[in-house]
Amino acid sequence: MEQMITVTIDGVQVEVPAGSTVLEAARKANVNIPTLCFLKDINQTGNCRLCVVDCGGRALQAACVLPCTPGMVVKTNTPAVREARKMNLELILSNHDKKCLSCVRSQNCELQALCKELGVEDGDRFAGAQSTYAIDDTSVSIVRDNNKCVLCRRCVGACANVQKIGVIGPVMRGFKTAIESPFEKKLAQMACINCGQCITACPVGALTEKDNTKEVWAAINDTTKHVVVQPAPAVRAALGEEFGMPIGTSVTGKMAAALRRLGFDKVFDTDFAADLTIMEEANELIDRVTNGGVLPMITSCSPGWIKFCEHYYPEFLPNLSSCKSPHEMAGAMIKTYYAQKAGIDPKDIVVVSVMPCTAKKFEAKRPELSNNGLFDVDHVITTRELAKMIKEAGINFTALEDEDFDSLMGASTGAAVIFGTTGGVMEAALRTAYEVITGETLENVNFTAVRGMEGIKEASVKVGDLDVNVAVASSTGKAAELLDMIKNGEKNYTFIEIMGCPGGCVNGGGQPIVSAQIRNWEDIRTKRAQALYSEDEAKTLRKSHENPEIKQIYDEFLGKPNSHKAHELLHTTYEQRDLYL
Amino acid sequence: MDLFRAHVLVCGGTGCTSSGSAELIKRFEEQLAANGLDKEVKVVRTGCFGLCEAGPVVIVYPEGTFYSRIKVEDVDEIVTEHLLKGRIVNHLVYKEKAEEEETHTTLEDIDFYRPQMRLALRNCGRIDPENIDEYIAFDGYKALGKVLTEMSPEDVIQEMIKSGLRGRGGGGFPTGKKWQFAAASKADQKYIICNADEGDPGAFMDRSILEGDPHSVIEAMAIGGYAIGASEGYVYVRAEYPIAVKRLQLAIDQAREYGLLGKDIFGTGFNFDMYIRLGAGAFVCGEETALMHSIEGGRGEPTPKPPFPAVRGLFDKPSNINNVETYANIPQIILNGADWFTSIGTPGNSGTKVFALGGKINNTGLVEVPMGTPLRDVIYKIGGGIPNGKAFKAVQTGGPSGGCIPAENLDIAIDYDSLTAIGSMMGSGGMIVMDEDNCMVDIARFFLDFTVDESCGKCTPCRIGTKRMLEILERIVEGKGEPGDIEKLETLGENIKKTALCGLGQTAPNPVLSTLKYFRHEYEAHIYEKRCPAHHCQKLLNYVITDKCRGCTLCSKVCPAGAITGTVKEQHVIDTAKCLKCGACMEKCRFGAIEKH
Repeated sequence: MEQMITVTIDGVQVEVPAGSTVLEAARKANVNIPTLCFLKDINQTGNCRLCVVDCGGRALQAACVLPCTPGMVVKTNTPAVREARKMNLELILSNHDKKCLSCVRSQNCELQALCKELGVEDGDRFAGAQSTYAIDDTSVSIVRDNNKCVLCRRCVGACANVQKIGVIGPVMRGFKTAIESPFEKKLAQMACINCGQCITACPVGALTEKDNTKEVWAAINDTTKHVVVQPAPAVRAALGEEFGMPIGTSVTGKMAAALRRLGFDKVFDTDFAADLTIMEEANELIDRVTNGGVLPMITSCSPGWIKFCEHYYPEFLPNLSSCKSPHEMAGAMIKTYYAQKAGIDPKDIVVVSVMPCTAKKFEAKRPELSNNGLFDVDHVITTRELAKMIKEAGINFTALEDEDFDSLMGASTGAAVIFGTTGGVMEAALRTAYEVITGETLENVNFTAVRGMEGIKEASVKVGDLDVNVAVASSTGKAAELLDMIKNGEKNYTFIEIMGCPGGCVNGGGQPIVSAQIRNWEDIRTKRAQALYSEDEAKTLRKSHENPEIKQIYDEFLGKPNSHKAHELLHTTYEQRDLYL
Repeated sequence: MDLFRAHVLVCGGTGCTSSGSAELIKRFEEQLAANGLDKEVKVVRTGCFGLCEAGPVVIVYPEGTFYSRIKVEDVDEIVTEHLLKGRIVNHLVYKEKAEEEETHTTLEDIDFYRPQMRLALRNCGRIDPENIDEYIAFDGYKALGKVLTEMSPEDVIQEMIKSGLRGRGGGGFPTGKKWQFAAASKADQKYIICNADEGDPGAFMDRSILEGDPHSVIEAMAIGGYAIGASEGYVYVRAEYPIAVKRLQLAIDQAREYGLLGKDIFGTGFNFDMYIRLGAGAFVCGEETALMHSIEGGRGEPTPKPPFPAVRGLFDKPSNINNVETYANIPQIILNGADWFTSIGTPGNSGTKVFALGGKINNTGLVEVPMGTPLRDVIYKIGGGIPNGKAFKAVQTGGPSGGCIPAENLDIAIDYDSLTAIGSMMGSGGMIVMDEDNCMVDIARFFLDFTVDESCGKCTPCRIGTKRMLEILERIVEGKGEPGDIEKLETLGENIKKTALCGLGQTAPNPVLSTLKYFRHEYEAHIYEKRCPAHHCQKLLNYVITDKCRGCTLCSKVCPAGAITGTVKEQHVIDTAKCLKCGACMEKCRFGAIEKH
């Protein structure tokens, strides 16, 4: 049993498990201690000094890193503590650009919130020299503005500790300290995978996605263009948060309605393409197993993971499924199959993907993801950018009536919906692979062993007479752990699902940003994933191969999975990338 | 072994080396050979003698004659007169005062050394640090032999606790207790670390020990390894200490060759080996957690404690870290016993402390005194007082983290607790003396400038807070101080002390807070009267020509700004608006007619 210890916080005795921090104990005593640099599971470095408390010693202590000891007496609400917190906050403000009115994080900024909470009266009390930096917008996915950076290092924790990449970190020292790439390199010159976990970790506006809404508005406004939009599965599980809806609210119908109101000519669904991906990928797996192909086969839907593999684990490139990611498949089908059926010149079609992901912006610009000189996907915007467009358009999102996606490429199964969370692609693939291999109907479609938020999950699945060993990893840090075990011969699998972000796309770098004040105490990933699982549960069709529009596209256009045409349009190749660009 | 009738000890410390002692050694060897004395007289390059002011230093034994400020051309005379004919060369012997007639012949006789007690520095200036046999000849590695064959690890720890030895790096934490914590941690691997990242400006205690007696540190680390159960040690030393690094590496190699490091030391089954890691010269890497991260290959930044190194230290293993001077004391404590050690110094502050004496003092150099020695004795007896008849104003102890001690506190006994009580600290042992010409606001600005530059940038109060304090101080010394500045300095200083992550930040405001405490009137004069009482701050100075002026025109000729006018043989005038306050006129005036106000 867990050992419990008793501590006193502001006169209130609380019992906490041994190893708890003072911050956690205070929460139990109904005391909110302000934090800035602390982000659970990502950054616990005690450097902002806003969470200081009085434990009776000469100096104040940082509650976020201070372990409770039995009988400890903590004061969090003394004049000295309040003044110290405020002063450290004001010091941070004294080297912050304070351009709140035009900041993308205005009203969703932890610094702004803290100023109100701690009662900052004069933002210039400690005014002095201010650091100025050039904005780094070299990356196609991520923009870094150090003028807003508060040096909390949450981005560094996300990049170096969680993702095990570390393309940004502290450089220089003292007042000149800045978060940069080493050797004065820009982000585009680094082996950055564009996952955007740094953005969702950032408490302020120092890290943002590259805004592509202007290009999308321009396409919509261009009457010569036929603009087709497709949102990814995970978008519907989080978009509502941008409009004040509770975390984990599914807004599929409202989203479809809003996209139509924004002026898109066709509102298709990436979920359709997810079903298409399963058709191709499940059959590729069966082919590899039966014909002695390279195993384990690893999924290829996550562009952050793909770039990670190309830079850091190129020896696994032959293991990657050759399937394009779902929205790229959709783009390819829109500019061929749909263009043909609708009688539109593919040159006049603009495909816009709404993604929970910043790495998709980079993926869309890969030259190999094109056909006849046209990119499969023209623009990628994140869930956040879509919310911004909906707000700019004055659409009362929460009041919208649910609408359906447009037919032809709008129908989807439950298997497609769960693509948005870790384990979802695996589960969807197993549902189809089982029936294709055994020729029997799968009665229980829920593969619960691959569900949940653990970084690495393993399962052995009985498919007919075969025991198929599978693994699921989310976050590139966990992926690296898994791949190392395979390299060392410790583990052996047939099929692996890897998603680049911890928890999968529901927690992607393009998703709404949730304040640490919530993230430190609530599991937002599970809540968003639950929205997807509920949607899956509610569907009558829960296996990709049962999707009528999928049957139609193979009948009318592609022939059968992994056909020559399918290979030409729906599959791709990968290249080894250097660590130092 | 060859026997010699005389030894010529030449200081090979950094100070004397830079004033040419290496050439002296070469010349001695040449001259001794030329006179056929090379089989009778041995030249030894030793570590630092301490009196760097009088370097390069040469001592001739058996007489113990103390020659100072020796030049290459003096060597021939010492060889032919002293070593060949046995006649001491009186005019080269060290004199305490310029006008002095009588000459001292030995080191122990002079005022600089008489009140001193050299424990940590016992072998510095006495042995050839590059020869392990000389260390062994002075009981070297005997203490290691004793602990390995006669004592249990617990015995060693108890002896250390009993000795009352406290960390000489500045913290003053009881060394025995530290060892006890590390010994109590269970792990498959532990480490013993030596902090030789001496970073205080002007401090060179640890450097001198490593240069003059590296084996004492190696021996002590092996003893520590035995006590806590560590088989590996690291010495983290500044790359800017090339002589120390070279001699330490040589010493490690020799110790390995003699089987004093490595497997099965003294046939007892105890294994211990050690390695050097070079620091790139960041002050913060003297902080123990930052130091360990630097050894690990990471950025030299502190992490919060707990966990303490004794629980989770280097490479996440239990580690014990002490500084060079602490280690240098340990072999003797083991050999002579804890009771002997506690008989030196004062209760709770046993033993001695080494200080690097510098600034406005006659005898700059390295001194070692028993704890509890009055500060006045160090400054006036050992240090020889303030040069040029100026008045003592303050002494800064503890380096950039310490505080300024005014004249009224000169009679305090030097120990950890009394220094802390008056707002300064022992620190690693820097001692910088200031006279009436030093502006205390500018001194505070100087030290804070150092810590601002050396802050690692991790925590808010240190990264931004110290910078804001420095900006205020810079304004004040430029005559742009405003009412409220003093209060703001105090608020910021107290907050940084209370909330900074590591010791560097927590002590960074000390120079400001201690000068505010003892020299507040100087701050007030700068801010409210736009005047620097020490006539030091350039922007607050006015140069004035008095009626002593004979009208020689020299000042107007040297003035780079053309601010001085006047006709020949008449009193000149300085246009204060044009004056750059460079002081060139004052330097040139032969009549003392120019004054600073």
